[in-house]
Amino acid sequence: MAQIFHPSTNTLSRVSIFGILFLLVGGLFVMAEIYRSPYVTKATVVRDQPVQFSHEHHVAGLGIDCRYCHTTVEKSSFAGLPPTETCMSCHSQIWTNAKLLEPVRESYRTGNPIKWTRVHDLPDFVYFNHSIHVAKGIGCESCHGRVDKMPLMSKANTLQMEWCLNCHRNPEKFIRPRDEVFTMGYVPAEDQSVLGPKLVHDYKVNIRQLTNCSICHR
Amino acid sequence: MGKRAPGRAGWSRPLAVTLAALLLLAAGGCRLEMYDQAHVRPLRPSTFYGDSLSARPFIPGTVGRGESGADSIDPVSNGGATLSGMVTDRADQEKAALGADGLNASIPMPVTRVLLMRGRQRYDIYCSPCHGRLGDGQGMIVQRGLVPPPSFHIDRLRQAPDAHFYDVITNGFGIMYSYAARVAPDDRWAIAAYIRALQMSQNATVQDVPLQEQKRLQGE
Repeated sequence: MAQIFHPSTNTLSRVSIFGILFLLVGGLFVMAEIYRSPYVTKATVVRDQPVQFSHEHHVAGLGIDCRYCHTTVEKSSFAGLPPTETCMSCHSQIWTNAKLLEPVRESYRTGNPIKWTRVHDLPDFVYFNHSIHVAKGIGCESCHGRVDKMPLMSKANTLQMEWCLNCHRNPEKFIRPRDEVFTMGYVPAEDQSVLGPKLVHDYKVNIRQLTNCSICHR
Repeated sequence: MGKRAPGRAGWSRPLAVTLAALLLLAAGGCRLEMYDQAHVRPLRPSTFYGDSLSARPFIPGTVGRGESGADSIDPVSNGGATLSGMVTDRADQEKAALGADGLNASIPMPVTRVLLMRGRQRYDIYCSPCHGRLGDGQGMIVQRGLVPPPSFHIDRLRQAPDAHFYDVITNGFGIMYSYAARVAPDDRWAIAAYIRALQMSQNATVQDVPLQEQKRLQGE
């Protein structure tokens, strides 16, 4: 009886058995990577905005405090997006003919708000509160990155749960003195491994509580 | 594995696997319903009111929960209730906020170190871009072309009552917009107190120094 299969089939079948395994594992890996990639998370991706507002210019160039515009960040869950009136506090006087600012002037004339594109948009099943983070010494920079180096706004981090947990498990690595919360480019005055635990204690941060499901999902 | 399950004559295995895979793919779409729920987050657009705003302006006369009377919620957005923050009923609000002395009122709370520190912090955030950290009217925005505001170190402002600063923060002055929506009433007084400190810092005499310190100062 003639052989049905060529001898090379032995190799082929072995390769395909292992191949399937690699394909499965590889596929899972690729999926996980895609899920964490800027394509999905939009981290570091600049979004189109009605006005090309530069945080770099206003923060680093002019030295305006975050709270000048984001007025409710210390007392509310929402940091606050400035009303057009805030823009016009200065721009009714300077750059009054700039074409770039026409949407701002139009909004002020008509009373229709500027429709910004949300850059940091958490899923609705997440409860997040700015004021508690600010009150416990978590700097703007820790989540939003070097906003003073962003001519156009993008997310510095994925805002995915694993990223949140990075800090909720080890807040002592990120906590800073309350006076430095709004500082960009903060450098700890002493070693963070000494300062961090001290601040966690002083500000009464209950680390065990921070990983309760209901802290963020309520 | 390998042995064919009995009683499944109608389904070939490849077809079943393909179907299962497709179902799994479709399940990936489910997450968006939890991502975008029906409730409104701050400043998210809404179609309910017709003007696309989910955040509603205050109804005139609104008093914030836990805050007392007219001095509490900021008078401007309280009465004006528009994006531009126009004041509608200035005289009434002023009377309510400043008390019987009106524009001649003094800072109504004890001027403590805490109040001054708060005033300095708020001043540096909201005032210093134009008025400068020193109060000399040479802030960064002025250096970028804004008409300079008067220095706080002129006679007119040294002699102005505390309430003048409260009033200007609340209602604006000249080209300065109202800061009522940005600076809470108590903070306005804190800023007024800090402006007083700034004024003193630029116009102090030896007599202002406590007697004990005076001797040390003159000895050096």
